[in-house]
Amino acid sequence: MHFEFHVEGGNFSKAGSASSQLKKILKQLNVDPRVIKRVVVALYEAEVNIVAHAYQGIIYIDIDTEKIEIRLIDEGPGIEDIELAMQQGYSTASPEVREMGFGAGMGLPNIKNNSDRMSITSQVGKGTTVEIITFLNN
Amino acid sequence: MKIKEVVELLNARVVSGQDQLDAEVEYAFASDLMSDVLTIETDNLLLLTGLANLQTIRTAEMSDITKIIFVRKKKATDEMIRLAAENDMILIECDYSMFKSSGILFKSGVKPVY
Repeated sequence: MHFEFHVEGGNFSKAGSASSQLKKILKQLNVDPRVIKRVVVALYEAEVNIVAHAYQGIIYIDIDTEKIEIRLIDEGPGIEDIELAMQQGYSTASPEVREMGFGAGMGLPNIKNNSDRMSITSQVGKGTTVEIITFLNN
Repeated sequence: MKIKEVVELLNARVVSGQDQLDAEVEYAFASDLMSDVLTIETDNLLLLTGLANLQTIRTAEMSDITKIIFVRKKKATDEMIRLAAENDMILIECDYSMFKSSGILFKSGVKPVY
């Protein structure tokens, strides 16, 4: 199964709607609730990152009998130093993002904790791609 | 402890999910930082927070949290109430501070996550 969701940068009223839809889909597919929580927490963190940092992005989700594969591709400023961005507590978030309860430098490490495989590639001035893979039978 | 006892102890008001007053509460977590809430793995968690916006409800939805108390007179908006109802959540508003609310619940036997 394949799904795509468009994410608008800066629009916090819609942030999380893709994650919410994925949660409903996974529930309908009778996926283990513990797996659902891990997947949607990881996706929500990544979705909020696009809203917080990028101009726009697309989320591609592929589900088969073995795994859930999510790719978030955004157009935005990109990440200069991915290793630094992965460090707990490091953040470049705006005061507006912090007012929403985010921007504490915990998102990327939490995506890693809630996925089986995670990778980030980024080009400064162009955008960032985050891949999140979760296996269904772990 | 049942959620209706929590409402009584905190002299609070239920603004959404009246039908869930008999739900049990075992653990609670108090934070305004949604990034912190998203790292918690405990199930059946009550969230005390001073952050009242749509992302509070979204964070709860992703974390399987169905009970939220807004402390210190923070109000849930109509949009928050609508999203909470869609997700079968109970929303409670309380005038007490985060410290006082947490203290009362802790003293009454609600357990901390850490």
